[in-house]
Amino acid sequence: MSAMTVNLNVVSAEEELFSGRIESLQITGSEGELGIMPGHAPLLTSLKPGMARIVKYGGEEEVIYLSGGMLEVQPNNVTVLADVAVRANDLDEQAVLEAKKRAEEHMNAHGDDVNYAEVAAELARVTAQLRVIQATKKKV
Amino acid sequence: MAGGKEIKSKIASVKNTQKITSAMEMVAASKMRKAQEGMAASRPYAENIRNVIGHIALGRLEYRHPYLEEREIKRVGYIVVSTDRGLCGGLNINLFKQVLANSAKWQEQEIEVDFAVVGSKATSFFNNMGANVTAQVSGLGDRPSLTDLIGSVKVMLNAYDSGDIDRLFIVYNKFVNTMTQEPTIDQLLPLPKSDDEEIKHRWDYIYEPDAQAMLEQLLVRYVESQVYQGVVENLASEQAARMVAMKSATDNANDLIDDLQLIYNKARQASITQELGEIVAGAAAV
Repeated sequence: MSAMTVNLNVVSAEEELFSGRIESLQITGSEGELGIMPGHAPLLTSLKPGMARIVKYGGEEEVIYLSGGMLEVQPNNVTVLADVAVRANDLDEQAVLEAKKRAEEHMNAHGDDVNYAEVAAELARVTAQLRVIQATKKKV
Repeated sequence: MAGGKEIKSKIASVKNTQKITSAMEMVAASKMRKAQEGMAASRPYAENIRNVIGHIALGRLEYRHPYLEEREIKRVGYIVVSTDRGLCGGLNINLFKQVLANSAKWQEQEIEVDFAVVGSKATSFFNNMGANVTAQVSGLGDRPSLTDLIGSVKVMLNAYDSGDIDRLFIVYNKFVNTMTQEPTIDQLLPLPKSDDEEIKHRWDYIYEPDAQAMLEQLLVRYVESQVYQGVVENLASEQAARMVAMKSATDNANDLIDDLQLIYNKARQASITQELGEIVAGAAAV
């Protein structure tokens, strides 16, 4: 018997990152981590910065970083509409570490011109990117 | 040598025109590549969000957003995306013809039609026609940004919210390939229903965090992405159409030059023959 699969499309405003049949999807929703398996009930949720771990048909894994967006689940079809998405392999660890340092400095600067919400969002994005990088490293 | 000089100057002028058209062809070709890339990049997003919206329109949702309700139609709105410049063949005119044919159908049923126009060609066309133009934006350039478009889209959305229009369409040229651009009329609001047979039963989403907030966020993005996609597709179509139009203009100029050159040579030969004849006749008379 062939494994249960569902069709997944991951798109960002700039490109299509993934399209194909998958066995499962693990993703960061605004209310917490979500695991999507084939035949999931219809679901509509917004996404937080985080990673999407895709188990493709055949068991191969792929990790994508998402900066936020929306997820729609239908029993036969899953769609991720991301704001910005990057494949884990395309993330540059050095650049991310630097960005994190910058964001933390901004956070601690306490200047009047610092937009706290913006900096916090930036920090959340960078931390999520870092987690994605570490997750891919562990696998290798 | 009667007429020789005139023909010569005519050839020179056609050659000058040809230089311009062939330069425009090359510029359009290089711009088309960029426009095509931009269009291809955002196309998956626009298509996928349209699919999602199609699913939503099919569902029986707990929160009935006004965009989901089919109302009795008293007035419809069109967002018409055109180019800013001419010299791109029949691209704009074909599009306008489609719009007119489509809106004539509404007018037969005594339904009024509003237009929001993008691009200066549509602006002048619909203003000359005396149509009811509610919003206008032009001069978007080669890299259209969403912020420039938002204003005129907002006008239409507000009109929809307040019940002034009951249906909203977007009209643009869909880029199929370099030779073909297809005038396309897509319904934006109320949300077009997906024809996915498998989910035509009663169901609702599980929402996280909240139905209303989620739907509003999604619908705004949907409208924005559809309009933006229309504009970038139209941009790629414009460059492709211009490239093809300028190529055929250059080829036509070549034919014209060949014809004129032939006429010129004939005229020159005729005048030489005539002169010779005169000289011979003159010598014989002496």
